[in-house]
Amino acid sequence: MSDPTERVAGRAPLDTATPEVVEPGVAAMLGRQLDYWWTVFRRTWKGSVVSYFLQPWLYIAAMGLLLGGYIDDASSGVGGAPTYLDFIAPGLLAATAMQVATGEVMWPVMGALKWDKTYYGMIATPLRVVDIVAGHLAFAMFRVASAAVVFVLALAVIGIFSSPLGLLASLGSALLVGLAFATPVYAFSAGARSEQGFALIYRLGVMPMFLFSGAFFPVSNLSEPLEWMARLTPLWHGVELCRMGSLETWDSTAVVHVTYLLVLAALGCWFAVRRLRSRLVV
Amino acid sequence: MVVARGLRKSFGSFEAVRGIDVEVRRGEAFGFLGPNGAGKSSTMRMVAAVSPPSGGELRVLDLDPAQHGSAIRGRLGVCPQEDTLDTELTVRENLLIYGRYFGIPRREVARRADELLGFFQLGEKRDAKVEDLSGGMKRRLTIARSLINDPELLLLDEPTTGLDPQARHLLWDKLFRLKQQGVTLVLTTHYMDEAEQLCDRLVVMDGGLIVAEGSPLQLIREHATREVAELRFPVGEHTALADRVADLAERVEVLPDRLLLYTHDGEEALARVHERGLAPVAVLSRRATLEDVFLRLTGRTLVD
Repeated sequence: MSDPTERVAGRAPLDTATPEVVEPGVAAMLGRQLDYWWTVFRRTWKGSVVSYFLQPWLYIAAMGLLLGGYIDDASSGVGGAPTYLDFIAPGLLAATAMQVATGEVMWPVMGALKWDKTYYGMIATPLRVVDIVAGHLAFAMFRVASAAVVFVLALAVIGIFSSPLGLLASLGSALLVGLAFATPVYAFSAGARSEQGFALIYRLGVMPMFLFSGAFFPVSNLSEPLEWMARLTPLWHGVELCRMGSLETWDSTAVVHVTYLLVLAALGCWFAVRRLRSRLVV
Repeated sequence: MVVARGLRKSFGSFEAVRGIDVEVRRGEAFGFLGPNGAGKSSTMRMVAAVSPPSGGELRVLDLDPAQHGSAIRGRLGVCPQEDTLDTELTVRENLLIYGRYFGIPRREVARRADELLGFFQLGEKRDAKVEDLSGGMKRRLTIARSLINDPELLLLDEPTTGLDPQARHLLWDKLFRLKQQGVTLVLTTHYMDEAEQLCDRLVVMDGGLIVAEGSPLQLIREHATREVAELRFPVGEHTALADRVADLAERVEVLPDRLLLYTHDGEEALARVHERGLAPVAVLSRRATLEDVFLRLTGRTLVD
């Protein structure tokens, strides 16, 4: 059999004079996905509203006020915060941002690839892989932002923040935490063939970080190797950042936290696009 | 509309498409025919600009898919083999949202959506959830959705696989009307009747290569005879009897359950079979179809 490539080589190449083609930018493509994500929001907001609105109050009541009452009786201040409530409020804020962000980019991404295959419908349109990733991450961040705003307002009501600046700094920190978790977890989901990996992410990632990354107690209470492990987790950086915001105890280490989370978010974005491309464009 | 030269696609060490030349002209209905695994869908995905070719050249709508995938996809309609509808949305919402991906203004999308719902007889279901639709309706909705951007070229990957006869005929009617309206159709199928109904020209693919090309009539003329006489004998006797009728036809094919005599005149051949004292359990004289061509080209033991 003759090699078809030889036949091609033997002929004049196809006309390659290409008319000028201008592709819309990612922002324009995000606009085109607005209607879709709006319908997703309309059909899912009721389910999330309970957890978003109720959960902060449950945590604040149980851990901050009731548990905190015992702790405050026994000691004067925790980890630089005047009361236990002041200590864990920003920790819970960061942890909530982490949980909302990861939840939004696990099963929904798997569904769009495996169950409903909506991503395959999208990639058949002018949308590119980067646009699809941007759209989904934007929606995940919208969820993080809604949850964080609700949480921060709840904290403001019970007097956690001494100034609006502290509130805004905490909110911004929570968004950064959400982004730093959403993008790498999205990358994981985009390449995952089954949802089994999600349980691992929860058990080995989200839950241990939630419990041991300084949200509930200062990581200095851990033995030294564990303390250093905790300090390497993204949630610890996020918790520290949120706490600096709410307690208004900024120092130069904030730069380290912000840089760590930004780098993680950027790497996550890069991997997310790469992994989704290898799934959709084959 | 589509020009491919020496087009190849490999997945790892597996070569799905092994160098094909194809040219689809504006306004025609062009078919890729072949058994499962022939490379049809891989070819379609390359043309749809969602699968980079591994070799050869490809131009779709005068553009290079590797460079201008987004722009090409904006002018294509794609009906994939598997439905990718959003099952939690209503029928109409699926069209509206999809249209927005093409950057079509909301009002215009709404107008087109209603028009398409009418054309595909889905008007009554406009507010039904997709998961409540029948298979045929989902298929129609998928094709309706692929037309929301008024595409110059419509790609259909096995559009009627899994549908009942009524649903298939309804779809064929709709596709035929689209063709009449000047939409260029490219479809893959392993249904011969579908190819005969819809395609002006087609290629038969097998093992990643094109093994024949032409109009359905041309292919039948080149690779089959005008008529086919089918003889059914008791099971197990076919091979032995093939020799006794070999001279009655241009070609005799032995199948496990019957003999096929490729001839110009089926009735005449049957009469001669009876003259020889053979008594088939059942006989049938029919026109040769694309199926005969297809089976001959893509495999089945032959006795020439």
